[in-house]
Amino acid sequence: MKILSQLKTSTFQLALLYMVVFATSVFLLLAFIYWRTAGFMTEQTDETIEAEIAGLAEQYRGRGINGLITIIRERVSRDPNAKSLYLLATDDYLKLAGNLSTWPEEAQVQNGWINFTLDDSVGWTGSERLARARVFEVQGGLRLLVGRDVQELTTLKRLIERAINWGMGITLALALLGGFMMSRSTTKRIEVINAISRRIMNGHLSLRIPTRGTSDDFDQLAENLNQMLDRIVYLMEGIRHVSDSIAHDLRTPLTRLRNQLENTLIAVDNDEARDQATKAVAEADQLLATFNALLRIARLETRGNAADKTEISLGELVADACELYEAVAEDKDQAFEQAISLDVKIEGDRDLLFQMVSNLIDNAIKYTPEAGDIRVAVETVNGEAVLEVSDSGIGIPDSEKDNVFQRFYRVGKSRSLPGNGLGLSLVSAVTEIHQGRIELTDRRPEEEENPGLSVRVYLPLYRPLKRKVLRTQQGQQSSAAEASDKPNSEDESGERA
Amino acid sequence: MRALVIEDDHDVATYLVKGLKESDFVVDHAADGKDGLMLAASEDYDIMIVDRMLPGMDGLNIIKTVRATGNSVPVLILSALGDVDDRVEGLRGGGDDYLTKPFSFTELLARIDALVRRNRQAPETETVLRVADLEMDLLARTVKRAGQNIDVQPREFRLLEYLMRNAGQVVTRTMLLEKVWDYHFDPQTNVIDVHISRLRAKIDKEFETPLLQTVRGAGYMLREDT
Repeated sequence: MKILSQLKTSTFQLALLYMVVFATSVFLLLAFIYWRTAGFMTEQTDETIEAEIAGLAEQYRGRGINGLITIIRERVSRDPNAKSLYLLATDDYLKLAGNLSTWPEEAQVQNGWINFTLDDSVGWTGSERLARARVFEVQGGLRLLVGRDVQELTTLKRLIERAINWGMGITLALALLGGFMMSRSTTKRIEVINAISRRIMNGHLSLRIPTRGTSDDFDQLAENLNQMLDRIVYLMEGIRHVSDSIAHDLRTPLTRLRNQLENTLIAVDNDEARDQATKAVAEADQLLATFNALLRIARLETRGNAADKTEISLGELVADACELYEAVAEDKDQAFEQAISLDVKIEGDRDLLFQMVSNLIDNAIKYTPEAGDIRVAVETVNGEAVLEVSDSGIGIPDSEKDNVFQRFYRVGKSRSLPGNGLGLSLVSAVTEIHQGRIELTDRRPEEEENPGLSVRVYLPLYRPLKRKVLRTQQGQQSSAAEASDKPNSEDESGERA
Repeated sequence: MRALVIEDDHDVATYLVKGLKESDFVVDHAADGKDGLMLAASEDYDIMIVDRMLPGMDGLNIIKTVRATGNSVPVLILSALGDVDDRVEGLRGGGDDYLTKPFSFTELLARIDALVRRNRQAPETETVLRVADLEMDLLARTVKRAGQNIDVQPREFRLLEYLMRNAGQVVTRTMLLEKVWDYHFDPQTNVIDVHISRLRAKIDKEFETPLLQTVRGAGYMLREDT
């Protein structure tokens, strides 16, 4: 697995590219050497044969055919290994002199240069050998063949070819290994940066990427990233500060207003005035709740997810929320169905999750007409915890589905209903800090009037930390790298009809 | 009843002291942690109200110090840090209750009352709670009014128990969510009202005198109207 991921790194791919270029250069170089060497040796052979022929021709011109036969015999006897080949034959290929027993078949059809195979009758080796020769007609219908045994030359060529093949193979293997080793040290350093970045993204904002102090390019990258983080932290502090100021500056006068209204409520004994004051207090409460929600969202978004997380039974938490809200649904004559699996465990912040679930159920009840039906389910699907709250209410048009998580965004049809447009923003923020995701779908897309809505929140299941196993062998520490294995299956299984 | 307010913000402190005096508390005020700690160590209080952010000091440290001396005075923490995390931290650090600034005075008083009473009451050894002719048997888990059995759900039982233990006191909706449902969150609609009206239908509907009353702009109270 690790090797596979190693192969995917850009460093390794770069090394691979370099390797291909390198191997190609080596191949071209060797090919050139081969071509020159082999060419040179062939030329040498041909020159030798030409020289022999020149010698023979001289004899022939001086002493006629007999002189030619004599000189051939002489030369054959001087060359027991039959390195040089001679054959003088008649028009119908009968041997007159020379060290070849028969006229080679390849030489029967053509004049000029030929390559042929010697049978074992020649020389003393006893195996088939390669030869190169020149044939031509001598005056009087005789044929002459002068050649050289090129077996050794061929063997040498084969050797060089084999050496080139091996050389290429070894070059490739070494380059592959070298690329792997080279890229691995680089990858390791990048992996350190990645691992720490992941932890920082998970909310450990105080972490910084370690540097080696060598001021190489990796150190510079780390330093830049660290400076960027410092800047981000500074900005986040700024946001936090601003939101705190808003809270402080606006909630305080609002609360004073509310307290004064309360005092009015106690002071007056006129029923109508009391009613007015009570309504005003309720309005002030609504405003305060909006501010609180807004601040809370801002907090959650700046906080990342360094929340106080514990192991939580999502099933039990959702059942609690259902128990709280069921009565509200009943008052609206709505059917409230629960399909909650109690053993779904996740890791999270209990109060925030409860807020999220209650916002979703609250919305379902609010946007579903009387006598509608609401269904709340908790289950495990593909290794994820899934909370589903679906209703038969007015739904959200497809064009608006992405917008509803924005602050203060309210779908046209819902504007007339009470609410501050922050409910789903809060749901989204809470999901975010629990590394979850949300899906909105129409529950009954075929319905024109009330398509309903099905909200699915996917959350990672609770996984007890696997203790690192420390092996006794040196350097065999299995590192528990943070696996961010998000199942990316988007299928809709687990949907019960 | 004596209250100690440790709060550096002049406005808030004035407001607190005034309000508590109106509710018949004898109030001492300290504007910083050191004075507050001196007072807490030398005097006997029924309730301490401590701000978390004091000059040069975290209010939690005061509470820890007070607790370390074996003093179990009820402490209400005030804080401008409105995060759930801060709340948990405050409650773990020895606070009995937690309120975020800015706060509604009714909410503060209701919580102070609940804290003071809880501390005053003998520890929960009673097995029967009574308010007027309403009776709750904590062992048998039964509720009777005027001798008639009233059938309540487990959660309604807890809700009624909390109201009965704080009879005569205002109990806010937030308090009920925290103490009866044990979750700290902001309900978008007043879901508590629905539960209260169901409980009311069970304990008041058939009878002459209503016991479960709504306190406008504040919350609920269980008491016999006099």
